[in-house]
Amino acid sequence: MAALYEGFTLCGLVQTQNASDSPIQGIELDGDSDHAVVTDSTRSVTLYKVSDQKPLGSWTVKQGQLLTCPAVFNFQTKEYVVVSDNKVIRVWKDEDLNLDKAFKATVTADVWRVHSAPGGEPVVLFQRGAVRFLDSLLSAPQQPVEDVLSEEEVIRWSTNIVAEEQHFVLFTTEQKGECCLYVQRLNPNTLQKYRLEREDSGASPLSFSASLQDKHLNLLYLYPNGCVYQSVVAARGYVGLEGVQALPRSLRLMVPVGEGELGAASAVALDEAHVAVVGVPHPSARTGKDFLCIWNTNFQTLQAGKEMAGRIHGQVWCYLGKLFVSHGKALSVIPYECQKSSLASALGKLRHTGLAVSKSSVAVPSWNTLLHGDQPQGPTKIVETRKSKLSRKSQSAQALTVEQVLELIKTGPVDEVQREVEALVSRGDAQDLQLSVGQLACHLVARSQAETAFYTPVALAQLVQTQFLCHSVCPGLLLLSLEHKDYFLCQLCLQLFPDIPEVVTCACLKTFISVPDGDVEMVSLEPDSVSFMEGLVGARGGQQNGFSPPLFEEDSCDTNHQPKPPQDKKNHTLQLEACPVGLHKAVLLNEVLQTPYSDNFLLPHLKDLDTQQVILFLQYLQFVYLKYSQDVYTQTPGLRSPTMTQIIDWVCLLLDAHFTVLVMAPDAKGLLSNLQSFVKSQVKLFSELGKIESSLQELHKMKLSKDISQYSIEVIELF
Amino acid sequence: MGEFKVHRVRFFDYMPTAIRAMAFNAHTERLALARMDGSVEIFNFTDHYFQEKVIPGKDSRSIESLCWVGGRLFSAGLNGEIAEYDLENLRPKYSLEAYGGPIWTIISNTQGTQLAIGCEDGTVKLFEVLEEHIQFERNLDRQKGRIISLSWHPSGTHIAAGMMDMIRVFDVPTGHAVQRLLVDRGFGGSKSRETVVWSVAFLSDHTVVSGDSAGKVQVWDGHTGTLVKTHLVTKWDVLALSVSKDESSVVAGTSEGTVIQFQFIAPTLHQQQDKEWVRTRTFKNHTHDVRALAEIETAIVSGGMDTHLVVRPLLEKFDENIEMAGFDPVLLLFFPQRNLVSCAKKAGLLLFQFPGQLELWRLGDSDEHGKPGDRLPLKRKPEKLLLLKRKGEDHICCSALSSCGGWLAYSTVSSVLYTLHTSSASPRTPPRCLLPPANHQSSLLLLPSLSASMCTPSSPSQVSGSSNMSPQLGCSSLENHRFLLQPIHLMTTSGDGKWLAAANSDCEIHVYNLQKLKLHCIVPVYGSCPSAMGIHPTTNNMTVVHADQQLFEYSIVEKQYTDWSRKLQKQGLHNVWLDRDTPVTHVTFNSKNPNQVVLHDMHMFCIIDQSLPLPDQKTQFYNQMTLRSLSEQERPSHLHAFKICKTFQDLLCVSLLDDQSLVVVERPLLAITSQLPAPVRQKKFAT
Repeated sequence: MAALYEGFTLCGLVQTQNASDSPIQGIELDGDSDHAVVTDSTRSVTLYKVSDQKPLGSWTVKQGQLLTCPAVFNFQTKEYVVVSDNKVIRVWKDEDLNLDKAFKATVTADVWRVHSAPGGEPVVLFQRGAVRFLDSLLSAPQQPVEDVLSEEEVIRWSTNIVAEEQHFVLFTTEQKGECCLYVQRLNPNTLQKYRLEREDSGASPLSFSASLQDKHLNLLYLYPNGCVYQSVVAARGYVGLEGVQALPRSLRLMVPVGEGELGAASAVALDEAHVAVVGVPHPSARTGKDFLCIWNTNFQTLQAGKEMAGRIHGQVWCYLGKLFVSHGKALSVIPYECQKSSLASALGKLRHTGLAVSKSSVAVPSWNTLLHGDQPQGPTKIVETRKSKLSRKSQSAQALTVEQVLELIKTGPVDEVQREVEALVSRGDAQDLQLSVGQLACHLVARSQAETAFYTPVALAQLVQTQFLCHSVCPGLLLLSLEHKDYFLCQLCLQLFPDIPEVVTCACLKTFISVPDGDVEMVSLEPDSVSFMEGLVGARGGQQNGFSPPLFEEDSCDTNHQPKPPQDKKNHTLQLEACPVGLHKAVLLNEVLQTPYSDNFLLPHLKDLDTQQVILFLQYLQFVYLKYSQDVYTQTPGLRSPTMTQIIDWVCLLLDAHFTVLVMAPDAKGLLSNLQSFVKSQVKLFSELGKIESSLQELHKMKLSKDISQYSIEVIELF
Repeated sequence: MGEFKVHRVRFFDYMPTAIRAMAFNAHTERLALARMDGSVEIFNFTDHYFQEKVIPGKDSRSIESLCWVGGRLFSAGLNGEIAEYDLENLRPKYSLEAYGGPIWTIISNTQGTQLAIGCEDGTVKLFEVLEEHIQFERNLDRQKGRIISLSWHPSGTHIAAGMMDMIRVFDVPTGHAVQRLLVDRGFGGSKSRETVVWSVAFLSDHTVVSGDSAGKVQVWDGHTGTLVKTHLVTKWDVLALSVSKDESSVVAGTSEGTVIQFQFIAPTLHQQQDKEWVRTRTFKNHTHDVRALAEIETAIVSGGMDTHLVVRPLLEKFDENIEMAGFDPVLLLFFPQRNLVSCAKKAGLLLFQFPGQLELWRLGDSDEHGKPGDRLPLKRKPEKLLLLKRKGEDHICCSALSSCGGWLAYSTVSSVLYTLHTSSASPRTPPRCLLPPANHQSSLLLLPSLSASMCTPSSPSQVSGSSNMSPQLGCSSLENHRFLLQPIHLMTTSGDGKWLAAANSDCEIHVYNLQKLKLHCIVPVYGSCPSAMGIHPTTNNMTVVHADQQLFEYSIVEKQYTDWSRKLQKQGLHNVWLDRDTPVTHVTFNSKNPNQVVLHDMHMFCIIDQSLPLPDQKTQFYNQMTLRSLSEQERPSHLHAFKICKTFQDLLCVSLLDDQSLVVVERPLLAITSQLPAPVRQKKFAT
């Protein structure tokens, strides 16, 4: 998945006289990752600290002079380089205040761009296609510069890419509607020319973006009709080829363009699978082409979109997880995040459907940041605006911050920890909590595991109840609660965690079954589930006005079954009457029944149960099943309760896991024969249902016929 | 062509009444049919089963049996009267008390000289048929128990009479009963109940065939009085029998709605001489009792409680060369082929005619616009403005509404009544007036659009019109210079009130000039009865549709067929059009577009655009679906003049209002069926 976060304005833009021109020439990186060098379209270069949105320095050329190329930072000499009036190269340092007093050199030909990248020397690209290293050019400014391009060929776009040992300058040219890509390798210098395939409409690309991936140069370009093509040039390809080669392309994405064609739009590759496109319409929004969208090119899916206010100039830069977009009267910085996308993440995990609805607010936390604790670069940090920061600061005057609580957990006494965690949870807003809850829980669990005396059930329960926690965030929590016989917490975890591994589910089951009834009855459990169970046990079939519905077994048409030994019958009715386990135990077992699982993983762990446990569990399942089928039981919508299907599934699983043992065990005999009659009654029911299915289907069809009233005014069309 | 707003009206609760009796005149090929409400309908089987004449019913009249004597039609009923009908003036000519209590049946001998009736008091009375009258002749020996059914031996010497639990054979000259055939009672619980012999048939070889309430069809030897064969065909009653003309086949109608055919054939191929009555086929076209049956040359005609007339062709009687593919063998006649609905085009009013009352409705309204297929929300619901109950016993036979909606008229057999009804003032108490007694009877009414004048054909030879609808009625009548034998069944006037066209069942159409009160011209006679006609409001061209689906356009001014009509006749109508089985019952026009003619029958309505090319035989006739799927550019090449819409079914009226919206009056057959009494219970599979 990819996401666009809340952006902020880096600086305002001065509107130029010519509205179609962008007020910004370029944005380049400085030595500091948080700095950006912004060159405007006329005379000034400004250095910004991005996170603080504040200018650190600004340099301007004299009136009458014009900057013709974005300023770049020479990473080797820590100097800035800019070109004014096409031919004058200016070099200055951070501490220089006046650009006029900086070093100047006039060259013989018009410069197109100066490119610089970390790890590489700056290069100068002349308008006629020649390339020089900056150093060598400055050492002999008046050296002759050859013409590489033909008379009418003009450069449209250029970039440079520095790999480990190689340095490329890429530029595209246009001549009479034909576009070419030049790849200039430096040291040794070779120049390769490729011709881009022409688009049917004859239009030329709106924007280019190049990146180095797997030792290939990837060129991504966007056409006005919304097609984003990719062409690949081998970085280490053999260079002996002369002449012009056709450059094959592949369509990566079709951006819906709405009405008309794209005007000012731009696409930039974020990683292998994601492309950010600016100046396009949002497919599900109304009209308007002022959106910034991130598309996944593998699945052709729109991952994130954001409306940008004001006119978009079709410029987007992408540096270190931030997108710089000039729009309207502002230059916005929008942090983004691209995670590796996979089908699994798209589909999500199996979850209890009833719960998923009520907990739609659960966001998927980023495990890496939470578990490894490297949060400073986390995108959510940047999201915070100054205002929220201020408000947080004022709050922390009274209460402890997350970091402080974390520290406290490591050493503090139980009571204090409990109190502070409580305070933190009760006041924190959702965005903050999501990050901190996991850390708090992890720290609490770690301390408890280390010190057996330290256990904070209330704090943990509170953390679980925030619903920001899941098993993978804090893997030890559930087992810890089992260890401490904190059944209430266990129940909470089973209810709220969507991702409990089957082995843990099984461990819970085993503990619940084997725990003596007396132990559990004292524990207070979640009231809803208890009241459901009370209702189930209390509702004895056949007490209404003395009406007793026929038992399932008696309903059986199998005559062989009729002459039952009387003892068997008695036994059977006994089982019906009483719940084989205590009330609270049953509540806990119900939670296990409702836990999501996949049977392949569950089956091996089920084998760990011993025979007595299996029989008891089966008896309980049988009890619930009979209750359900007898009482014409209707599920109360709000109440959490195991479904009929879940019960049957568990019976099947248990039988699968322990069939041979059960067959041999004498105590299981009655149970098994009862289960067999379940199956029989089910089969009978379904065959009956099958019989009436077609009739019901007919009814369904009949309903479709239009109900025509006594009078209506209709519209028909005759041709 | 464009979009139309359609007022889909389903609140006309028209309910046809059950068919009680039937008589087929093999000589004239006319079928007379009596319904429970006492009305009699005459169908012309030579002319596409066209409903030629309708004699309206009367409250006190009940018809139990019908009988043709030559061209004369007699009926008898449980009111104890015999009636003869005046088929020219469409009313009973006279009726005669038989003094034998309720009469169950009436038959005539093959010579057509005598009538016999079966009475409740157990007598069979013979009447002599005179030129203008019938005269009581004598009684046969009086029996205990009522006479339910009678059948005359073709030689005229014997009569078989079906009674309770028995059949009697009478010798006509002496009047004595010569045979007594005892009919078994039913099985089980019905043993205690008397068996009613609902129907008997006396064949020329003295075989008596009977159908009774125990569900049996029995074959007796009339000479010896012995039972030859019993066919138990139903658990319920066998109500009707009919013998084919060559006496090789008998059909029986049962309460289950089935019609069962028996044929006199040899059961094995080797012994061709030993013929016997064998049950051969079962037809099920009815849901309720089959009360009336007629086996004619090529078809079995049946009718009963479920009100529709079924003509079931016997396919083996047709030539081999008839193309069978796609031929629907069963013809069902549901609705009367005349107008029960009048539409005021200007005012948007509908007049519904029931036998006992008239209902005047104002159509609803909607401001919205919608796409084709949409149902628009109603701004105003339809409103019943007036419920007018007739006076007297006679049923309403026709009604009319002027196009402005201000005038309303109806007629019974004995009187014509106008209602002057001003919708604004007090619609509940409309002033009424009667037509002068000279115009004592009419079967057709027409209120022309503009002038407040009314036309009624009062007798075959007369069309009378009255104008100036003030309390002092000015009347004028149009005398025909030619003597017309048949009653007028269709009339129409032109929009300007100048022309009046009248058609009679002899297929003649006369056009009168109403201003001069003179006959203007006679349209060339075509061999089939006109089923609908209309005069175009602007061009004064008359469009006539005949029962055989032929379509003509006649210019009244030029006294000749128009070019379009000639072109149509030259090219011929499309086979699909000609193969339809219900006649066109309305012709209206689009006042905005003189090229458009709107026609409808029971299953479709059609807008004919005379400016478009005519379809030839290879053209797809029902092409609306195809056109819908075509693009705007391709469409014009596929258009043809007949634009047919089958969205609406069971149509009683389709009219185009002046605001260009269509009115469609539907009477769904399902709604009729649901109002019928419950049929006898039958065990069906899986119920």
